[in-house]
Amino acid sequence: MERTVAKTLVVEGVLNANDAIAQANREQFDRAGTYVINLMSSPGAGKTTLLEHTLERLDGKLRIGVLEGDVQTTVDADRLLRFGIPVVQVNTDPGFGGACHLDANMVHHGLGALPLPAIDLLIIENVGNLVCPAEFKVGEDSRVMISSVTEGEDKPLKYPLMFRSADLILVNKVDLLPHLDFDLPQFLRNLDAVNPTAPRFLVSARTGQGVEDWCAWLLARRPNAGRTSPTD
Amino acid sequence: MHELSIATSIVEIACRHAAGRRVTRVQLKVGYLRQVVPSALTFSFELVADGTSAQGASLDIEAVPASGICLQCGAQSALDAFPLQCSACGGFLLRIVAGEELIVESLELEEQEIGTHSG
Repeated sequence: MERTVAKTLVVEGVLNANDAIAQANREQFDRAGTYVINLMSSPGAGKTTLLEHTLERLDGKLRIGVLEGDVQTTVDADRLLRFGIPVVQVNTDPGFGGACHLDANMVHHGLGALPLPAIDLLIIENVGNLVCPAEFKVGEDSRVMISSVTEGEDKPLKYPLMFRSADLILVNKVDLLPHLDFDLPQFLRNLDAVNPTAPRFLVSARTGQGVEDWCAWLLARRPNAGRTSPTD
Repeated sequence: MHELSIATSIVEIACRHAAGRRVTRVQLKVGYLRQVVPSALTFSFELVADGTSAQGASLDIEAVPASGICLQCGAQSALDAFPLQCSACGGFLLRIVAGEELIVESLELEEQEIGTHSG
């Protein structure tokens, strides 16, 4: 049988399906009045430790929920359970050894286990990775990136797209600066070159330094911040 | 390796448009500012296309250069290196006008129905 080949114009965004689910997630968040942060960093930059400090400091001021994304284990979710807040763990391991990022559909599946109307601020802790998570919207309001000083001052130049996509940069582990060769002014210049507009805070998730600024930023994201504790 | 997720979406789009016809070629536009490794994407595409109507299709990846308009001086620059910078005034505040594409542009399909290879 003779077969003819015909060219068909498609012009369809590869991530359209992801973006449509991200939009649906966003509508669900908006209906519930939940502000959503997509928290991204390399592995070991201090996302979970910073979350612990954040939860301590914002206790009674904001009702916070956490969606934890990891390739494997519930270690991070287990660490947060002591705060008595809604935490859901999404393991990105449906096959192929586990995805390197959260996508909108994985987040969508995790949302069923969260009481969104009772959550003012949902923090989505993405898989530790400086490349892949930047490519996938999940329905967030803001992207926050943690870069720790143990990673080196060249990271904004090496991973420009992740740094570019962030709305806020937290420079973590600054308590270690006296012990490192890390050149903070150079890091900030590198950051200015790839993302001149995002605010940045110097923090230490270990000592709590700067966590107040970060928490103030979070409180300012919420129009009804503080409503659960009007006397605070 | 988010190329695997991207490849899965490409195959899904190709098979939906093919509607049972065999896909022989997929033409993809990938902007310079997308973090896509062509060899990883090609490998993932072959893996994911296996057993679908896109099995054996070739994946043509057209790289799209990046360009942006400076928000300070208004000049348009080709952005072929990081950090992204205006070539006229050196400013870093740019509106990206090209280079963020990730688009299935077109498909080549065999017009003869083959039925058994639906995706």
